[in-house]
Amino acid sequence: MNTRTIAAVIFFTIVSVFMLFSVLMIHPFGQPDAQAMDQYIIDNTVNETGTNNGVTAVVFDYRGFDTLGEATVLFTAVAGVMLLFRRLKK
Amino acid sequence: MKGMSKIVKTIANISFPFIMIYGLYIIMHGHLTPGGGFQGGAVVASGIVLILVAHGSDWIQTKIKEHDLSLFESLGAFCFILLAFLGIAFGGVFFTNFMVNTNLPFGQIPIDGAANLNTGGTIPLMNLAVGLKVIAGLFAIVLVMAIATLKKEESV
Amino acid sequence: MIDNLPFIAVAALIIIGLYAVLFRRNLIKIVIGIALIESGVNLFLVTLGYRAGSIAPIYTSSPGGIMSYPVPQALTLTSIVIGVAVLALMLSLIIHIYRHYGSLDVRKLGGEDQ
Repeated sequence: MNTRTIAAVIFFTIVSVFMLFSVLMIHPFGQPDAQAMDQYIIDNTVNETGTNNGVTAVVFDYRGFDTLGEATVLFTAVAGVMLLFRRLKK
Repeated sequence: MKGMSKIVKTIANISFPFIMIYGLYIIMHGHLTPGGGFQGGAVVASGIVLILVAHGSDWIQTKIKEHDLSLFESLGAFCFILLAFLGIAFGGVFFTNFMVNTNLPFGQIPIDGAANLNTGGTIPLMNLAVGLKVIAGLFAIVLVMAIATLKKEESV
Repeated sequence: MIDNLPFIAVAALIIIGLYAVLFRRNLIKIVIGIALIESGVNLFLVTLGYRAGSIAPIYTSSPGGIMSYPVPQALTLTSIVIGVAVLALMLSLIIHIYRHYGSLDVRKLGGEDQ
């Protein structure tokens, strides 16, 4: 039992106890807390965006900047994979 | 890698158009039903990977080069950013939905709260751009990994 | 206590994934553990926005009633795509490691004998 195994066991115990305690103290399932922002989005989606899908309106209209960041991450991953498997022309 | 037997190739050829139509339906109706660009793009990419597994990567390499796939993916990303910048020119802020409730192509007003394919503003166009990007990106990842794990030492 | 079953499932997924990352030697098993942790976090994001007795936030011929919140579902979509991208890069690096060292044991890389 070297120091690496002992450190891994201590870390694992701390995180497991933290997870199990937070499950006991979280709000009950089905009664979330903050309501103002989502209630505004549910009431005004059909008038302001003209779509019938609430999730697509949030992804592309109310929070379009996050979708731009996600498209950048996908582009970087594809560029990285193609860089790793490049064939040099001899 | 070599392809599979004749029966597998025939069944893959028959079922590929249905998978592609289903995926394009999910992309195009993203503002009416659950779905959108990312989900439909993953479905179409699965259909193309089915063709790749059935026919072998040697046959696929004679049809599509990796250079074309990177061209499609860059085209999708460029159209997405172009639609976002046009929001500054017409509306005022970045990512403004400048086509909704006007006389431009996708600008019909929903009647009684029921939208159809013609409403939605810039959202259907953004769905198409992101769907094209996801299709090209996922297929490029699988194709490059399939070529790189051959037995012969011809890649770096 | 049994009503909080989705949150207990989230805690179980994260604990099992963390065990696979910390105490296994094969590189593929470590990658599977990372994928399990990501699945647990995505499930946690979706269950944060549920109201009791609500329907999906779709307006096409909906039966009426209160709707669940759409913002956590939209952020889960982004998280799933980022998970796919990170997994693809990890597997490409594993292919290169296997070609260079000849084995997938994580204690034989780097030249240490522990």
